[in-house]
Amino acid sequence: MPYIPHTPKQQQEMLDTIGVSSIDDLFTDIAPELRPKSFDLPQGQSEMQVRNHLEKLAAKNNTDLTTFLGAGFYDHYIPSAIKAILSRSEFYTAYTPYQPEASQGTLQAIFEYQTAMCRLMDMDYANASLYDGGTAIYEAIMMAVRATKRKKIIVSEDLSPIYRCMLDCYTTNLHLELVTVSHNQGQTDIQGLMDQIDEHTAAVVVQNPNFFGCINDFTPLFAKAKENGALSIISVYALLQSVLKTPGQMGADIAVAEGQSLGLPLSFGGPYLGIMTCRGKLIRQMPGRIVGKTVDKDGREGFVLTLQAREQHIRRQKATSNICSNQSLCALQSLVYVSLLGPKGLKRTAGSCIELAHYAAQKLTSIDGVTLLNDAPFGNEFTLRLPVSAYDIIDKLIPHGYVPGFPLGRYYQGMENCLLIACTEKRTKQDIGILAELMRGALS
Amino acid sequence: MIPENLLYSKTHEWAKIEGDEAVIGITHFAQEQLGDITFIELPQIGQKLNAGDEMGSIESVKAASEIYSPVTGEVIAVNEELENAPEKINEDPYGQGWIAKFKLSSPAEGLLNSEEYAQIVAEEDH
Repeated sequence: MPYIPHTPKQQQEMLDTIGVSSIDDLFTDIAPELRPKSFDLPQGQSEMQVRNHLEKLAAKNNTDLTTFLGAGFYDHYIPSAIKAILSRSEFYTAYTPYQPEASQGTLQAIFEYQTAMCRLMDMDYANASLYDGGTAIYEAIMMAVRATKRKKIIVSEDLSPIYRCMLDCYTTNLHLELVTVSHNQGQTDIQGLMDQIDEHTAAVVVQNPNFFGCINDFTPLFAKAKENGALSIISVYALLQSVLKTPGQMGADIAVAEGQSLGLPLSFGGPYLGIMTCRGKLIRQMPGRIVGKTVDKDGREGFVLTLQAREQHIRRQKATSNICSNQSLCALQSLVYVSLLGPKGLKRTAGSCIELAHYAAQKLTSIDGVTLLNDAPFGNEFTLRLPVSAYDIIDKLIPHGYVPGFPLGRYYQGMENCLLIACTEKRTKQDIGILAELMRGALS
Repeated sequence: MIPENLLYSKTHEWAKIEGDEAVIGITHFAQEQLGDITFIELPQIGQKLNAGDEMGSIESVKAASEIYSPVTGEVIAVNEELENAPEKINEDPYGQGWIAKFKLSSPAEGLLNSEEYAQIVAEEDH
């Protein structure tokens, strides 16, 4: 079955209507030598053959590892109810909600998601979500550039290197000045960031906890930015906002997050969820969709996509962003997750992750030659300095079914001996005990 | 709805010139085309603009467009009431819906009188 909706007869009718005799005639504008000779595709196969083939490929993955990998993406437990709710066809196959009269359910779900994210971050407004945490940081920077009409962006080096790489790529042709302030042994150099703020600064960008796991209170930094007419942008670990000082409490202007930690599977890197929230007056600069609650002419409550005049179908080249889509299903997934857990459940989950990480840090630093990179407060992730290359330890532990963490040398020169270790509620004290024994063995 | 005592630009802004000062806004025709206005981005006091420069933007429920300065000079006042009540532009485009006041640095030129502007509106209305 070819899965093409048009029969050969219908195709012929369409060709006759526009006055050509074959599908190839539609491509006459492309010189024959420029057309692909073949797409090098094998012959079609039956469903059973395809399934077998894909299952064989999937079996090559190590899916039964005990993992302490984090670095921005975390292996949290996802309650079964989430998938059951999410897979309802009204949500699963929802069409883009441009017709409010036909999409009240989708719109209300997004509105509730926005409300939940604002409360989690203590911010005024949220949009309907963006593609992922990295996109959200870039869009936040562009909001600041538009709002301040300035070009200088100060970025802390302990912002995720993946996101910094995205920023470099996205801003290549934008004539912005990106200034990176080095970290200090994994700790954010708050004074260094402050020293960079001047009258040309559009925004200062930080992360909490930072890439190395350190927790900061950026209140003084954000106050300094405000004094100088610059905006403060913070990227945070979504789940931990239930226990940490929030962006709103610190006085951030724009707070973004990767929402994967709120009930989304790791899933080989996506699809994920870009959470974006901001303060009052910046809402018109916010990209993407925003759902608002209103009343119809009879006073009945309803939901609509609001402030659409910022979007590209209306503003063309002047649109706030070329994103006018959102990750609706992923956003709903995170909403279901936070609704099921509630404030107490989120706190309990975050608390148990943090407790385990502190237990792991204590266990692992009892090994000879293993120390914490610094003494900054941390949540559920911390950096170890090893007497050998982190890659060595990883290579030795993988055959035992354990991934001990993320090798920081991959992104930071001179940190080849540093290992970033994350604990989630899915790990147990027993897992940590085994990890410590394996590491002790690998180092002896 | 095209007062005779004002000058007009082809982009549908009006200017009321008194000595070396000018009050500007958008025309009745412009607000009608836009529909219900929901937001206006005002210029900043102290901003220096040439005739034809973009000085802000205006959003309605169905469209968004730029506002261009019809004159050359410095912005000395803006109608801050519009921030909370942009609908005043729909209700009273030539009065309470004024947008900004300029100190002219050179005499206004190239603007249309009410008859010339009426012709442009007639053409666009087809």
